[in-house]
Amino acid sequence: MQTDGAIGPSTLSLKDLPWQILWDKERCTLCGRCTAVCPVGAIELKVFRKRAVNVDVDFSKPGKRGGNVFGTFYGIHQRTSPAFACVGCAMCTLACPNDCIGPVAADEADKLRFHINQGGQAERRGGRRNDPGGILDRIQFTRISMLTDPALDAGRHEFELTTLLGRIYPPEKNMEMLRENGWIPPVREIYPLIIGGMSFGALSPTMWEGLQLGVTYLNEELGMPVRISTGEGGCPPRLLRSRFLRYVILQIASGYFGWDEIIHAIPEMKVDPCAIEIKYGQGAKPGDGGLLMWHKVNKLIAAIRGVPEGVSLPSPPTHQTKYSIEEAVAKMIQSMYMAWGFRVPVYPKISGTSTALSVLNNLSRNPYAAGLAIDGEDGGTGAAYNVSMNHMGHPIASCLRDCYRNLVSLGQQNEIPLFAGGGIGKSGNLAANAAALIMLGASGIQVGKIVMQAAAGCLGSETKRCNICNIGRCPKGITSQDPRLYRRLDPEDVAGRLVDMFVSFDTELRKIVAPLGRSTSLPIGMSDALGINDKDAADRLDIRYVV
Amino acid sequence: MCRLIAITSDTPVSPMAAVRALDVMREGHDGSGVGLMLRDLGGPFEEMKDAPILSGIFTEAGIRKLDSFMINLGFLTKYKISIKIPKQTPPGIPRRDMYLIRAYEYPEDWEDLSGAEKTARLLRVRLDLREMGRSENDMIVFSFWPDTIMIKEIGDPLAVGKYLGLDNERLHARVIMGQGRQNTNYAIDLYACHPFFIEGYSTMTNGENTAFVPIREYLEGRGEPGYTGFFSDSEVFVHILHYMHTHLGLGLPAYKHLITPLQESDMEAHPDGEFLYHLKRTCRKLIIDGPNCVIGVLPDNTMFMAQDRKKLRPGVVGGKPGMYVFSSEVCGLDYLLPDRNKQYDLEPMHLDTAIVVPDRREVTLCRQTEPLDLPH
Ligand code: SF4
Ligand code: SF4
Ligand code: SF4
Repeated sequence: MQTDGAIGPSTLSLKDLPWQILWDKERCTLCGRCTAVCPVGAIELKVFRKRAVNVDVDFSKPGKRGGNVFGTFYGIHQRTSPAFACVGCAMCTLACPNDCIGPVAADEADKLRFHINQGGQAERRGGRRNDPGGILDRIQFTRISMLTDPALDAGRHEFELTTLLGRIYPPEKNMEMLRENGWIPPVREIYPLIIGGMSFGALSPTMWEGLQLGVTYLNEELGMPVRISTGEGGCPPRLLRSRFLRYVILQIASGYFGWDEIIHAIPEMKVDPCAIEIKYGQGAKPGDGGLLMWHKVNKLIAAIRGVPEGVSLPSPPTHQTKYSIEEAVAKMIQSMYMAWGFRVPVYPKISGTSTALSVLNNLSRNPYAAGLAIDGEDGGTGAAYNVSMNHMGHPIASCLRDCYRNLVSLGQQNEIPLFAGGGIGKSGNLAANAAALIMLGASGIQVGKIVMQAAAGCLGSETKRCNICNIGRCPKGITSQDPRLYRRLDPEDVAGRLVDMFVSFDTELRKIVAPLGRSTSLPIGMSDALGINDKDAADRLDIRYVV
Repeated sequence: MCRLIAITSDTPVSPMAAVRALDVMREGHDGSGVGLMLRDLGGPFEEMKDAPILSGIFTEAGIRKLDSFMINLGFLTKYKISIKIPKQTPPGIPRRDMYLIRAYEYPEDWEDLSGAEKTARLLRVRLDLREMGRSENDMIVFSFWPDTIMIKEIGDPLAVGKYLGLDNERLHARVIMGQGRQNTNYAIDLYACHPFFIEGYSTMTNGENTAFVPIREYLEGRGEPGYTGFFSDSEVFVHILHYMHTHLGLGLPAYKHLITPLQESDMEAHPDGEFLYHLKRTCRKLIIDGPNCVIGVLPDNTMFMAQDRKKLRPGVVGGKPGMYVFSSEVCGLDYLLPDRNKQYDLEPMHLDTAIVVPDRREVTLCRQTEPLDLPH
């Protein structure tokens, strides 16, 4: 700090930042790769001053001996202004050929958080709630089959682990309809792990292509009926007109982006989509609409979404044309059914909320509602206000459990499948989290963030790492529309990793259900298998308390 | 693993025969209890096929409660079999005041009731009695149904049989189900003893139904007052059977399609594939899991055996025209019918249901891949 320099309220030092860059002068060759790769320009090349003390030992000469020698050297400097604060992505480390640079998390809460709102702009970011861990990781599977019913062999026995997406009539009514050739709602038999809505636009073209490729491989080569939701952003025209559309769940949300294209493509569709998901809410930012910031709206995205280039695309918080639940749910569901001749299941997706039960009650009386997807507070997003992400929403476990218990009390637990999402596999325990939710009553699980992490190497975390998906500079090329960035991602590699993820998930799921003696059907609602070492949580979820 | 024996015979057989067969298979049960169901009765009950018979265990106080309750409803005792309880109770068998087997005359005002109304009311009476006995544990009611006797008690089957004098001629029956219990519940509750019974349907199982909780929750939501209790994970088998017949109008060959449906490839090749596809989806919550061999009897006294999807339990059916035995182990069958032609013994596999209809001429093996006789 210069003595005459001004210290403003937002003048920060390195210590005030959440991430500090450690740089090793001895090993650095000043190649500049780190500064070039940094997505936020947090580091730059700088000229530093140096001083050497020159000691002259020749006493024979008169006059002044020795003294200071001032010089300069070049090095890497970390910027401290809030706009350029390091996000800890460690791309510099990845790029450095000499292993001499990397971020270190601050040893105390940063001061940046109080200054991120420059110009009155509240913090926006991608990722999810900054809170690692959660209740799902604490649920244990305690009902292990022992001598009375020998455990099954996960590797050898036959397992049937698919689930149903679609409204299912009670057996009596279904048989009557079958006899009388009446309308029976369409039902899809699918894999219980669904890739949840991440839009074309939020994701880069290479990421999207990789996911579609992987899903196709899983279906056609491995016989796993995996389905993927488009998120709100339309669907590329060629995919709409291809046979691969059957693996796709088309999402419609409050901005209706891309639906002009979709509706016009209906007459040319070779196959029906798997389902239509009407998004009313999202776990990461409940009560807030989707948001694609202008950085990411390039020519391609603009064309698919049917909007001008380079403008931010906020979706309204609610579907503007609807004013009541009957309107919003019943009419919209029905019109979507109509569009595809009542052959495609249509279901709403809401964010986890204590009012989920009222939505569910409404759906249970609507014979067209094909299911309900609930996205809990730990869900991820490409762009949202930090406050929505961190503080809004309902944990998925109890929300899902309440809904399932409610269906049980109505005797409708087989009729409206519940899909749970939001932070599943947050700590890497994907299969365990998914199985726990299934046993609490979910028919299937929606995942997004873990797909980015496992299939594309997303660096984001719940301890404030990276999470800059909103600004279009994703260092991994996952959520960027800049060809220089998304070229980093090879779609085939993404597809390969996606397949790895699903195949290993499948093995783990068997490793969970086999010891519980289950193989003939997905153990939906098998709550007797679960235990937790927290009495209150056990009571709340109606599972066993174990210590 | 429990032991199961079921006999269907043209000539009435002593329940002791079933008990002795269980004793032959004793390696598999720990003597923690025995359950018997007798139907198509010989002896004195032959003459009163329509009279509902109440079976249960009562204390002195319980009997008084029962009598006043039944008289209030208008039921009159028609006939009863008294089981003389010896003074000495063998070790392991609890001391009881009374084992009740009593046939009733219907109340006068029931005479004009439809069959369905009558059965519903009989069930109601049984559930009320069960409820009344719950707090004091002074009434344990197993069944209240025409031409049906049920006896259940804790202890070694042979010891119980001798103690209760089950060789009694008046107890002979043409259809007998018996289970020697291997206790896998934490405490022995007589209501958890097989066979289970509802409105003429009964089943007993050798195994463990790991999908019990979701199935129970689903059955409880079917609006049937009889789908209750659930002291054992095997009790749901009889309710599924009952539900299939009475609610869905499906015949016995459909039972396997409910509890262990075909997988997709088999279903595609099945002549009734579409129907089965729908059945599997809509009855998904009734799919059982775990190792189970189920033996059951329908109201018309058809007897059957079905296995779980992986056929993890043993089970054999053998006999000759006039008498067939369903047994969890071959030695039980050998004991009862040593002179049968063993070549004709059948062990139903994962797709099979072995069925003996009441004429007792043959065993029919019904495979899930065969066409169903569907109601149209
Ligand atoms: S960690 Fe990431 S944001 Fe920080 S300096 Fe390195 S590249 Fe830049
Ligand atoms: S990448 Fe490594 S070697 Fe190159 S300038 Fe940066 S720190 Fe130095
Ligand atoms: S790596 Fe990309 S997708 Fe992952 S948190 Fe960073 S910006 Fe977002």
